[in-house]
Amino acid sequence: MELFIQQVISGLASGAIYASLAVALVLIYRSTDIVNFAQGEMAMFSTYIVWQLLQNGAPYWLAVGVTLVASFIAGIAIERVIIRPVEGRPELIVVIVTIGLLILINALAGYIWSFQVRGVPSPWVARNVDLGGVRVGVSTLGILAVVALVVGLLFVLFARTRLGLVLRAAAENPESSRLVGIRVGWMLALGWGLAAAVGALSGILVAPILFLDPNMMLSVLIFAFAAATLGGFDSPGGAVLGGLIVGVTENLAATYVDVIGTDLKIIVPMLLIVAVLLLRPQGLFGHARVERA
Amino acid sequence: MRRINLADPATQRRVKALGLVLLLAVAVWLPTYYVPYRVFQLTTVLVYAIAVLGLGLLTGYNGQISLGHGAFYAVGAYTTAILMEAGLPYLLAIPPAAVLTFILGFGLGIPALRLHGPYLGLVTLGVAAVTPPLLKRFSGLTGGSMGLSVSKPVAPEWSGLANDQWLYYLVLAFAVATFALARNLIHSRAGRAMIAIRDNELAARTMGIPLARVKTRAFAWSAMYAGIAGGLSTWVIGFLSPDSFAVTVSIQFLAALVVGGLGTIFGPLFGAAFLVFVPNVSQNINDAAPGIAFGALLILAMYVAPGGIAGLLRTGWIRLVSATAPRPKPPPGAQPPPVGSTTPATPRAEGGLTVDAEQ
Repeated sequence: MELFIQQVISGLASGAIYASLAVALVLIYRSTDIVNFAQGEMAMFSTYIVWQLLQNGAPYWLAVGVTLVASFIAGIAIERVIIRPVEGRPELIVVIVTIGLLILINALAGYIWSFQVRGVPSPWVARNVDLGGVRVGVSTLGILAVVALVVGLLFVLFARTRLGLVLRAAAENPESSRLVGIRVGWMLALGWGLAAAVGALSGILVAPILFLDPNMMLSVLIFAFAAATLGGFDSPGGAVLGGLIVGVTENLAATYVDVIGTDLKIIVPMLLIVAVLLLRPQGLFGHARVERA
Repeated sequence: MRRINLADPATQRRVKALGLVLLLAVAVWLPTYYVPYRVFQLTTVLVYAIAVLGLGLLTGYNGQISLGHGAFYAVGAYTTAILMEAGLPYLLAIPPAAVLTFILGFGLGIPALRLHGPYLGLVTLGVAAVTPPLLKRFSGLTGGSMGLSVSKPVAPEWSGLANDQWLYYLVLAFAVATFALARNLIHSRAGRAMIAIRDNELAARTMGIPLARVKTRAFAWSAMYAGIAGGLSTWVIGFLSPDSFAVTVSIQFLAALVVGGLGTIFGPLFGAAFLVFVPNVSQNINDAAPGIAFGALLILAMYVAPGGIAGLLRTGWIRLVSATAPRPKPPPGAQPPPVGSTTPATPRAEGGLTVDAEQ
């Protein structure tokens, strides 16, 4: 039983990491209708910035703060420069552009920092806390707290502020928003900026566990895709819950299903994606899209 | 001297046939001129070209995106390797790989029917990501992380060829056959159905095209091409391990297809050449340089040249055709045509660049 609870809790921690990348995917999908295949690579690049700042002697949380701001600006720039020309074009073209972005960012990171594997220090003390008889790592609690904080802030932004309202309006109904004077283009860019910053967090949190190299986020991306698919691609809350479910399922499957073990963990999100897309394509909390021919 | 009129269909056929014969002649001559290492590279180009052509049938002609063709490539490679290890002659080891990947492609094509665009991309990317761990997991069959070694085909004595040349000609034969088959497929009823579905699914269905059958078969053919290419890669390299079939392989195939030319037959050949020679040239600069070139080209192609290299060549060809076409004599007293007006009846290229068309 204790093993079970421990596995669930450590599953929640990795789930929180997937959730932050999944929320990034959802933010972009909601604002621009694009599934961003480059989201993981953007997060990876941000993580390298943190690593570089740490190498230069910056304190950890300052490095993270600076990186999040830089990622936000970079996200806006990517939308305005690279994505804007293909918005509204056929799906195939948009997918190919985000794949191009994936390859490009991956190679840029390799170009700047080489493909060598780097260790990134963990900001948490390596200790366990006793929570009602279950030993939980401080890092687990820290990751959960950070992601909860960010998701909470996002919720406040979208539900309680004027900017959030404008952002939602621009995503929901660009035509009408334009008519009431909202600068829709900039709002979409802002969505990309927010996504880049939230996604960056997933890279920063996962780096001490997975070690940093340009291909670090490829598997995390698959898990995040599973989370977003499960929760519904247009539901940020769903993405968070989806992330947690994926994280826990992955951990339990690895512990209790012999065939899977630790090597085959990646098959869990894969099966989840296929199952959800076939049985309930809009996900748990998403809205089914009505197509009019 | 008689003026060449490329707008005349008979002339056009003759020029195209001449071009093909020339291309084939060059392909046959190449390995007699170059050193073994170059011949090896050229063989690799042909192998990749077959795989990319398979992806092109699916993505370029049927509009279904796949980020997972590396998985079929891997299955083809492993099937061939395992059968060769079991003592099957190397030529006989390819057909089972083709059949198996055809069936697997058909199987993946069924869930793909319900997915479109990015979602199909997601699922196929997942398939690609699962492949290396699966290969490692079933190590009894695949040799696990250690991989498998097979002995490369040896040139028979009667041929008088070196081993690398023999291998090149074998792969060339496969490439010619698969390209010819793909060309005929595209010009057949099934091919036109594939293109119709790509351009407008609803309209295609209204015209009575059986969507499910055409799409699953396109997937199956496409996977089989990747499988054959995988099998050939086993001959060429003689060694395979799970890590050589990472997700990046699938992504590279897509990149090669787009850069070479979506919805073209010869685009995959250019794309494959890019895959092999761009790293060769740019690795001197940096390990990451090929990736930067590919990523940038992929994005750039979508902005300015959705037809890739083959599309650019085709545009050039059409210009040439209209430039050589005889201009109709204006009736006496009529205004001369404005400068730069194109002559009518320029032949439209087949399977145009409709990836750009609104759906």
